[in-house]
Amino acid sequence: MRRSRADSEASHAKLSRRAALLGGVQLLFMGGLAARMNYLQVDQADQFRLLAEENRINIRLIPPARGEIFDRNGVRLAQNSPSYRIVMVREDADDVDAVMDRLAQIITLDPELRARTMAEIKRSAPFLPVTVADDVSWDDVSRVSVNAPALPGISPEVGLTRVYPRGSDFAHIVGRVGRVSQADLDALEDPDAVLRIPRFQIGKINVEAREESLLRGVAGTKQVEVNATGRVMRELARREGQSGADLQLTIDSNLQNYVQARLGDESAAVVIVDCENGDLVANASSPSYDPNLFIGGISSADYNPLLQSKYRPLVNKTVQGTYPPGSTFKMMVAMAALEEGIVGPDETVYCPGHLEVGGRRFHCWKRAGHGWVDLENSLKQSCDVYYYDLALKVGIEKISAMSNRFGLGIRHDLPLSSVAAGLAPTKLWKQQNKGADWVIGDTVNASIGQGFTLSSPLQLAVMTARIATNREVTPRLIKSIDGIEQPSGAGEPLGMNENNMRKVRKGMHVVVNDRRGTAYRSRIIADDMRMAGKTGTSQVRNITAAERARGVTRNQDLPWERRDHALFVGFAPYDKPRYAVSVLVEHGGGGSAAAAPIARDVMLQALYGGEPPLDAYPTADRGRIKTQQNTLRDVRPQAAIDGKDQA
Amino acid sequence: MSYLEYSVKHAPTGLAKILHLNWPLTILLATVSGVGFLMLYSVAGGTFTPWAEPQMKRFALGLGLMIAVGMVPIWMWRNLAGVAYLGTVTLLIGVELFGAVGMGAQRWIELGSFRLQPSELMKITLVVMLAAYYDWLPSKKTSRPLWVLIPVVLIMVPTFLVLKQPDLGTALLLLAAGGGLMFLAGVHWAYFAVVITAGFGLVTAVFQSRGTPWQMLKDYQFRRIDTFIDPSTDPLGAGYHITQSKIALGSGGWTGRGFMQGTQSRLNFLPEKHTDFIFTTLAEEFGFVGGVSLLTLYALIIVFCVASALINKDRFSSLLTLGVALNFFLFFAVNMSMVMGMAPVVGVPLPLVSYGGSAMLVLLLAFGLVQSAHVHRPR
Repeated sequence: MRRSRADSEASHAKLSRRAALLGGVQLLFMGGLAARMNYLQVDQADQFRLLAEENRINIRLIPPARGEIFDRNGVRLAQNSPSYRIVMVREDADDVDAVMDRLAQIITLDPELRARTMAEIKRSAPFLPVTVADDVSWDDVSRVSVNAPALPGISPEVGLTRVYPRGSDFAHIVGRVGRVSQADLDALEDPDAVLRIPRFQIGKINVEAREESLLRGVAGTKQVEVNATGRVMRELARREGQSGADLQLTIDSNLQNYVQARLGDESAAVVIVDCENGDLVANASSPSYDPNLFIGGISSADYNPLLQSKYRPLVNKTVQGTYPPGSTFKMMVAMAALEEGIVGPDETVYCPGHLEVGGRRFHCWKRAGHGWVDLENSLKQSCDVYYYDLALKVGIEKISAMSNRFGLGIRHDLPLSSVAAGLAPTKLWKQQNKGADWVIGDTVNASIGQGFTLSSPLQLAVMTARIATNREVTPRLIKSIDGIEQPSGAGEPLGMNENNMRKVRKGMHVVVNDRRGTAYRSRIIADDMRMAGKTGTSQVRNITAAERARGVTRNQDLPWERRDHALFVGFAPYDKPRYAVSVLVEHGGGGSAAAAPIARDVMLQALYGGEPPLDAYPTADRGRIKTQQNTLRDVRPQAAIDGKDQA
Repeated sequence: MSYLEYSVKHAPTGLAKILHLNWPLTILLATVSGVGFLMLYSVAGGTFTPWAEPQMKRFALGLGLMIAVGMVPIWMWRNLAGVAYLGTVTLLIGVELFGAVGMGAQRWIELGSFRLQPSELMKITLVVMLAAYYDWLPSKKTSRPLWVLIPVVLIMVPTFLVLKQPDLGTALLLLAAGGGLMFLAGVHWAYFAVVITAGFGLVTAVFQSRGTPWQMLKDYQFRRIDTFIDPSTDPLGAGYHITQSKIALGSGGWTGRGFMQGTQSRLNFLPEKHTDFIFTTLAEEFGFVGGVSLLTLYALIIVFCVASALINKDRFSSLLTLGVALNFFLFFAVNMSMVMGMAPVVGVPLPLVSYGGSAMLVLLLAFGLVQSAHVHRPR
């Protein structure tokens, strides 16, 4: 297209005007740049030259104090203690090796550690202080200070390190901190600069890790002027950091300590939930380990036994471990059937000791059979056939949905590492995960908490609390953050028919308090403290035909790994539920023998807020209990009993 | 205007074109590059490796390229505008899909040993495209909404792609250069007034929303903006560089510490001392006099470009020349403002001085176009 001459001239004129204008603006801006240069290089030159010649500006991070963790009564569970260390700033120590040699003459340096430190010094930025000796004594600090002129770049620093005064009691709750690893940094999208401080501690597992953002706080910074020898001349500016939030847990450290001691070396787990607000007052996994061992880096001599033990001390069995719930699952089957109106509580089922389903014979644990049983009796004696029958009538989907409403097969939101969801199987689940159709035998197995069904001790405790209250009790571990109370876990009403719930509770009552109940030996005598509960024994193996032929069917005759898990769930007091408890003893044998006694002891301890009077126990047991109490008193650290060291 | 309209008989032909190159501009460019070699030599502690020598080789290559481009008739380049623009946009998309990740952003494509950074090339092809567009568009249509919308789209497409890399600095430069060209082409004042007001209003609104329940950005995004605007809120990152940069610059004083006398050790903390922060070294070693001299050289380059554009009666040539000059200006203005603590730290090099192949070659290519416009201007 051809432009007219007039158009061409007009547009060129306009272009010229605008070009001149834009050019003018550009020149003006360049004038501004020159003015700025003049300001920096002429007006302020003396000041900057001074800064450059005699001083360097160094920016140091002030690490924030990590928030402390307390139990529900204000007992410290995780605290910060001062620790002294010797640091070196590479750019201030001209000859790093020579300085290190001189330092080694003054204080003892581990040669292996020294090699690692040297590598770290070379890696770090020249102006960042690197720790060359950690956890040094005050004597060493004074010796280094006296010899400071001979040690350029070396200075003692006081820092804070994490200490867990309750040791192994809280390894599976509070967790532990450790040095920031490359893996920690890689996991973060935008790592906080404070994490780059050498030997900064970051939460590794459990509450320490999951609440890291609350506990860490915000780093402060100080801008300091240092002279050529590295001495700090003055502080130019300081921005205060913010220490991390203090957390208060719902755990009662005294009770927790008792429970851990009661479990001893057994591979077991206990969860106690406050029915009124969902507070986890105890959450014990045994055996445990001392988290303090990990803080400065654990030695392999300490670590390997923990890793290799068949009792798996590093695993938090209360939330991480999932087990077939066994007979403790029967309440779910009962509730599903009752709520669906499929059976009445007084309808009876005949138990001949087995049930034929689809050409297979499913046995009751009692070969001779229980005869005619109703709901109450079925719980009391833990009749299996009754539940086979119920489950066949109500179907797996209803049972699964019911157990979800009671908190099974659902991941409870707790600030602990790897909280397991367990499993309340459905037909769809089996189809998707096993690639096979659900068969009727699966329903029969599920009805007594075997087969695919899996739950953690925590879930069972929550289930029991919900049975006890008919409310959607939700477990809570953090009671308050910096003094601000967190929402209660009391939950909304569960919406079950209260009559049905009462029947199930009644059934659980006779389990413990009826002479023929499976947990009668673990009853509580004190009238206002009576416990209701349910035993469970879950198989972890199938008895092979060969074994049956040899006659090896008794637990005691099997190797530990293949014995049954012992379970017990319960709540007390029966009339006005306060606590719900679940006990799991891995490969402990029968629930009534191995789990129920533990449940009674810890329940009484919780109800009385300390050592219970002997007359809460049946007369016949008192002698034995007294001995046990005396033994445990010796095992438990003094501080945990008299509650010293309170915040 | 097609090539038929150029009065060919008065235009130089063949090798005679060399005599008609814009020689003052060429000499200025070479001088500034020379300053660059000196500084790279000094920063490396008085050796040609690893920076000065490759930079000189690249300059020689770039100079040849500039002259070669300058010899090709300007209408050829104008006819290639659309192809070049589409090609570069395709490359930008290619970077998005296959590009290498450097410094956390996707910026370049590896072609054997050569790294192609399409966003660098985009700064030029966008200018060429817009110049061709406004050359084609009758000037009375310039300010009609539809005809304003087209260049806006042409600018926004590459800007968006660059923003996605993410390279906020280059994206803003593209916006500024594109907007500048539209202004030069004579788009009505009102459009700019509206856009600037709206942009200002939006930014104000976003910041006003901070801390209210309906805030428009996440907290961490606000914190990043804080760091971007005021590096002292991030004293270990960007703020540290700026503080040290100002000290080095300020300590240069009136005449500087002298060549190679800059306290290099003090600059070791600057990871970009041979690229984005090279002006710090120059200002420390040659002081205020040195800094202003470089600024004057840059100003002269702008002046010669503007003069060449004003005497050129061809609309495409004028717009192209002014556009290249504007780009060049934006480069050094942003870089110097940043180094002197007047602007946020964005990755913009000091043109022709900072170490870097892609940027230098693209710049000299652009000046080749300016040369071509100058040689082939209607007489």
